Amino acid sequence: MLTYLRKRIISSALPLVVVVVGVFALARMTGNPASLYLPLNATQQMRDDFTARNGLDQPLLVQMADYFGGVLRLDFGQSLRTGQDAAAMALRAFPATLQLAATTMVLAVVLAVIVGCWAALKPNGVADRISSFISMAAASIPDFWLAIVGIWIFAITLGWVPTSGVSGASAWVLPIATLLLRPFGVLVQIVRGSMVSALSEPYIKLARSRGAGELRVVTHHALRNAAAPALTVAGDLTVGLVNGAVVVETIFGWPGIGKLMIDSILQRDFAVLQAAVLLTAVAIFALNILIDMGYALLDARVRPVTVKA
Amino acid sequence: MTSSLTDGAAPEGQEERQPAGQPPTRNAPDFRDGQPGLFRLLLKDRFAAVAAFVLLLVGLTALVGPALMGDLATKQNLLFANKAPFTMAHGWEYFLGSDSLGRSMLARLVVASRTTLSVALPAVAVALLIGSLWGVWAGYHRGWRENVSMRVADVIMSFPSLLLAVVVLYVFSPSAANIVLILALTRIPIYLRTARAESAELQSRTFVDAARTFGAKPNAIIFRHVIPVVLPTLLTLATLEFCYVMLAESSLSFLGIGIQPPDVSWGLMVSQGRQYLQTAWWLSIFPGVAIVVTTIAANVLAAWLRIATDPAQRWRLALPRKRLIARIPAKEAQP
Repeated sequence: MLTYLRKRIISSALPLVVVVVGVFALARMTGNPASLYLPLNATQQMRDDFTARNGLDQPLLVQMADYFGGVLRLDFGQSLRTGQDAAAMALRAFPATLQLAATTMVLAVVLAVIVGCWAALKPNGVADRISSFISMAAASIPDFWLAIVGIWIFAITLGWVPTSGVSGASAWVLPIATLLLRPFGVLVQIVRGSMVSALSEPYIKLARSRGAGELRVVTHHALRNAAAPALTVAGDLTVGLVNGAVVVETIFGWPGIGKLMIDSILQRDFAVLQAAVLLTAVAIFALNILIDMGYALLDARVRPVTVKA
Repeated sequence: MTSSLTDGAAPEGQEERQPAGQPPTRNAPDFRDGQPGLFRLLLKDRFAAVAAFVLLLVGLTALVGPALMGDLATKQNLLFANKAPFTMAHGWEYFLGSDSLGRSMLARLVVASRTTLSVALPAVAVALLIGSLWGVWAGYHRGWRENVSMRVADVIMSFPSLLLAVVVLYVFSPSAANIVLILALTRIPIYLRTARAESAELQSRTFVDAARTFGAKPNAIIFRHVIPVVLPTLLTLATLEFCYVMLAESSLSFLGIGIQPPDVSWGLMVSQGRQYLQTAWWLSIFPGVAIVVTTIAANVLAAWLRIATDPAQRWRLALPRKRLIARIPAKEAQP
């Protein structure tokens, strides 16, 4: 198990390093923050001072060495915009995104398993039609437009929920409903497909012939074997959500990591951007390892062979 | 051929009236003469035909629409500001309402369709071309070429494309061409992975071995024997990707890092209309409807293409739906 984990950790660490280094370099290509933070009539002397004070006059490699030296000592630099510790800002925004992502994914998985199993048991039935309609909608409707339609109908016309913000439980309804559509639409098709093939396996026939109830056949025999593809896709979808639902967070004024990232990109707040990217990259890295371990727990065939003494 | 053509184009009601299994050779040319007969198949599937028609309409609008609209899309008329849609009272150009500057919504939608398509289509085409050729090459040769290509794909996939978009926006000018470039770059891995997997499987097949035995060069084998087999899968994928790229362009424009005013795309229109949501809902809702209708049509067509381009499944489309089961024995009895 440990060798297996070590291999997975090494192979998924490469993209992580490339992304963090790439973001560092690309962010500096967006231009000098001096032109954004100093008044228009600032003298060249002031601009040079600003650049030198923030270490932006150094060659890129020196800046990078400085930064990663700091990261090793857990010093992520200060925000240009607020002067606060960049890591603290990223850590403060992250829980909001995680809460949103976790709630959405739990709802999506539960709903997809229920509707997907139902659809697989009765092909061309009501659940099957509903699920294929929703999948089609999920692949066709832009999330920002869905959010706007939601605000228009439920917040402005009906006044049931607030248009944005995080106050109270009702503020969660629209962001989650908007985010839910895509994961649910994708997952329900995966669950349905793998359940259809699992239900036609001989061991299901065996279980039925031994008198197992329909519920037990579905949950204990079929679902367990059909879970692996759904787990892969659910993992990918969660990665997308943890990366920050930028659009949804922007529309609903949700103070999450996606909003922080786009704000710091637009305002050339390099330290905050790097801290946010690093944080999400590490979170996604950890998530991938967890998913791999989930596989091994679920399916004995994936587990690496251990020599028995 | 002539008889099969008329048969294929016959309305469904006529077929229903004929007794099952009576003319066993009907529909046969659809899957026997080697000619795909795709157009005939398309007409038979009502959903796919409507989807293709919608896409054709959108394409035509983008092609000739802006010329017909003239300067209507930019002409401001404050007397007609924020007029509600679905009334002919202010003339046909205000049938879909007007924005806060009194510009015709209809004209703006038509002009925006050209921008939207002129970003989505080239982006898909560029990504398809580069990604598939690269993937087929990597899959055919296996070894280090495959490994390096897959790692490159991993890196591109895990890169925040939003940041890439902002960089290009600042470093280069925020033109449609640069947005095409970003979208193509970020979508290359999709084709790369699919083409690699297919070609890696194909290169061990007997017909490729045979070509190799006859002394064909790798590039010749790739173009003559591998690509024709992989192409249907990739084209289907490209149709799906068209939806994705269109939505991505809309999202970028919505966030303010895509198409820049005074240019206008559907995504940008949704974004611009957002602040008037309380007073003029049509400014955001209509462009969104345009996006949704186009992507649904592309999705339906992609689902149909997946079956139609698969020789093992195509016969399903050649049969009237209700008699699917009754007709299978008839089809097998033919040869």
